[in-house]
Amino acid sequence: MTFPVLSIITFIPLAAALVLFVIPANRKNEARAVALASAISVLLLSLWVYFTYDQVGAGYQFTENYDWLPALGIGLRFGVDGMSAPLVLLTGVVMFTGVLISWGDDNPHVMAGIQDRPREFFAFLFILATGVLGVFVSLDLFMLIFFYDIAVFPMYLLIVIWGWSVTREYAAMKLTLYLLIGSIISLAGILVMFVAQYQNTGILSFDMLLMEKAGFSQAFQIVWFLPVFLGFAVLGGIWPLHNWSPDGHVAAPTAVSMFHAGVLMKLGAFAALRVGIMLLPEGAKYWQWLIMAFAAIAVVYGAYIAFVQKDFKYMVGFSSVSHMGLVMLGFSTLNEKGLLGSGLQMFSHGAMTALFFAVVGMIYDRAHTRQIPELGGMSKVMPFATVGFIIGGLVSMGMPLFSGFIAEFPIFMGVWQVHWFVAVVCSISIVITAAYIMRNIRQVFFGNMPEKFEGHIADITILDKVAISTLCIFMIVIGLYPKFMAPMVQTGVEYVLRLLGGS
Amino acid sequence: MFSSTMFASILPEILILMLGMLVLIVEPFWKEEKRRNVGWLTAGGLFAAMLVSFLAGQPGEPTSAFGDMIRFDWLGFFFKMLFMFAGAATALLMMDHERLGKRGEAYLLLLASLIGMNLMAVSSDLIMLFLSIETASIPLYVLAGFMLGDDRSTEAGFKYLLFGILTTTIMLYGFSLVFGFSGTTDMYQLAEMFRVGAIAPLAAFGILALILVGIGFKVAFVPFHFWAPDVYEGSPTPVAGFLSTASKAAGYAVLLRLFFIAFPEPTLSASWTTTLAVIAAISMIVGNLLALPQTNIKRLLAYSSIAHTGYTLIGVVALTQLGAASVVFYLAAYILTNLLAFGIAMAFSKVTGLDDIRDYAGLSRRSPWLGLMMLTAFLSLTGMPPFGGFVAKVVVFAAGIQAGYIWLVIVGVLTSVIGAYYYLNALKFVYLYRMPNQDEENHPIPLSRPYAIALVALTIGVILIGTIFAPWFSWSDAGALNLF
Repeated sequence: MTFPVLSIITFIPLAAALVLFVIPANRKNEARAVALASAISVLLLSLWVYFTYDQVGAGYQFTENYDWLPALGIGLRFGVDGMSAPLVLLTGVVMFTGVLISWGDDNPHVMAGIQDRPREFFAFLFILATGVLGVFVSLDLFMLIFFYDIAVFPMYLLIVIWGWSVTREYAAMKLTLYLLIGSIISLAGILVMFVAQYQNTGILSFDMLLMEKAGFSQAFQIVWFLPVFLGFAVLGGIWPLHNWSPDGHVAAPTAVSMFHAGVLMKLGAFAALRVGIMLLPEGAKYWQWLIMAFAAIAVVYGAYIAFVQKDFKYMVGFSSVSHMGLVMLGFSTLNEKGLLGSGLQMFSHGAMTALFFAVVGMIYDRAHTRQIPELGGMSKVMPFATVGFIIGGLVSMGMPLFSGFIAEFPIFMGVWQVHWFVAVVCSISIVITAAYIMRNIRQVFFGNMPEKFEGHIADITILDKVAISTLCIFMIVIGLYPKFMAPMVQTGVEYVLRLLGGS
Repeated sequence: MFSSTMFASILPEILILMLGMLVLIVEPFWKEEKRRNVGWLTAGGLFAAMLVSFLAGQPGEPTSAFGDMIRFDWLGFFFKMLFMFAGAATALLMMDHERLGKRGEAYLLLLASLIGMNLMAVSSDLIMLFLSIETASIPLYVLAGFMLGDDRSTEAGFKYLLFGILTTTIMLYGFSLVFGFSGTTDMYQLAEMFRVGAIAPLAAFGILALILVGIGFKVAFVPFHFWAPDVYEGSPTPVAGFLSTASKAAGYAVLLRLFFIAFPEPTLSASWTTTLAVIAAISMIVGNLLALPQTNIKRLLAYSSIAHTGYTLIGVVALTQLGAASVVFYLAAYILTNLLAFGIAMAFSKVTGLDDIRDYAGLSRRSPWLGLMMLTAFLSLTGMPPFGGFVAKVVVFAAGIQAGYIWLVIVGVLTSVIGAYYYLNALKFVYLYRMPNQDEENHPIPLSRPYAIALVALTIGVILIGTIFAPWFSWSDAGALNLF
């Protein structure tokens, strides 16, 4: 038997959470050390998976298969393909940087990071991480929704306990209810698929690889595609159902925002792809226009709303809606280029938005305001964060040489193949994005520092710098050397295309 | 005449009866301050009885015993195990109740009620069924009103008694009609009578309606749910927990056997499944909506238990093997979860004397472990993994969809989101809000040993059912198989 690396990756955070709960509450640094150690091991293992993934062989690899409830065909089936391997890596990266950012700073002027009950904070965060990793590696529909819900509920506690005190109660409840409605509707859809498969083929199983061959009728796929796809896409921040996301991002503490926008939204998009598009391809073709319309609205509308925000964190939150709209837009093309772009965009946006939220959090912890007009001159005190934010900004704008370009360009090419008009409309968002990113860089980081901040603002800590560099390295490497990721995603895309039939 | 199978078929009841007599004998000899130890005796004895029955009293092929009065099969056996586990946990939770803990008769009543419930799960004759229902109910009437001098407890006991008598009388009337039409009270023969058409379908439907009244009271589904919030609120908390779990599950055991065995006729089942489906939908909606404005934790749990009755009914309505298995599985998960929730309420009110959700502010700082347990219980009630409630809900919904009740499942899905709102709202008090002076460190909530044991065991159980669900499900499935 081979080394069960995927289940180890998935359950390391859970084990860490259990260890954390037995550490005495006042041993804060020990709790942080446990968290960091497990985050590093997840990162290393996910890197190992990423680099040993056989791109020639493609398909699902590192598969594991244990019976869990044979009577209903539920099994712990794990495996990664070209779509999910980068996302596992992304989760490792965001875990690692999230722990570093939350380490905190003893400086009483700063009080950055998590100082109140860090033990519980990391435990809940890591339960969430187990859920996220479980969804990315699950090849069993029941386990997928099982892990999906595990990823949803700690969010409520993380926001409500450690969030921004002004809006946290409202935002956390709103977020949880939105996501719960989505997940439970998808669950109903999954159960319907499960029963329909049994009626079609006589196989009682939640195995996705079997379900791909279940032969659902076209009418069935058309009816059930929308509930399943949209139920998951709620977490992906799709347009009419995106409302929870900026509120949730703003109310969450920094590391949770990073997790949330960086990984959790990908979870929704990924599950929508895996379950919605891959298992119900006829439905996807039928509703293609609707998904594309929703996504296009999200792209432009999200960018515009981000443009008019005064609050730095809301700006980043709405820019996430816009960029996740691009991911959905790529999905909706159902062609090779669009899907390839979406796969890359999920990673690129994950790293970029985590970086954004990290920097915004660092500034807020020191300046105690996020109002863009009140900020200024931050480059003098925190040059490192400034450079990081500028790199993130360039990614966000889709500049060549950075990962954003490598991701967004194929998406637009794919959209052009389907409806050139949509591509033209969506390209407006690039202009708007460039406008608000540059305006904010000028205002917050350059410009004049307001007098009240003079001498009160400390530079970021060495741990913060490590976190920022880690995120930047990935964005630059993909930008300069697309072969780092594109061929791998390509193998995943080919698999999706086979299920969609033809092309 | 008296074979070893017959002995094995009532082994748990024999053991419980012996335990009860032991309690009765031992209790007067213990001094007042040591009398609380009767709880240890009861819980330990029940646990031992479970163990012995599990080793020596497992059923093989389903058989009838005692002149076809009881049916010895896995379904009944699994239910018995659940009841006894719930009884043991309740006995532990009773130990530090100020009015129940040192009264030996409280434990005796609990044991008497358990015997009745065990027999409810295995009765295969209507007369036997009625007797066991009464055996289970009468001690509970007394327990609900146990706190003499406390108006609300007296009200609870009296209300429970009146409702109980009224509804069981109506059910008994239904039974007598069955006998009048068919000339038999044996459930397995009744099925045959329906098949040959000895009872006109319309009359059968009327009879079923009468019987449903009695069962509806036991499991508290919607038109017969009025008693639940008042009785739960007024009666001693451990008793309320017992009422909402074991007593309800016993009602379901009867419901399963009656409707899967005695009334399986297709033309008949079409009408009653529709009726029950509507009842299930209304229970889910009403239970969840009325839980929203509640401020008292016991009333909240009462309304939520009405909603959970609705979810369980989906499995009954499905009328398939998966449906029956899902009901048993749901009840197993629900019994553990709700006992945990009531146990926390008991442990909390023992220290503080308070029952309002508002008073739970700062609980996670006052006692992190109690906070985590409450998180477990409430998330399991919400239907969140990795806790039992999630798998239970999935299985019930799957059964509903398989039987073609998609509309019912959609109602279940939507109402469980309403449920999420009030469960999470309660957790907000536990985790977010603080005590008025923010001095939680000075107000810890110590757990006495019986509470710690009971609550930890229940928490582990809830997590086990939610993660390693294969054994529980195969037992439920083995039980369900006995109905076909």
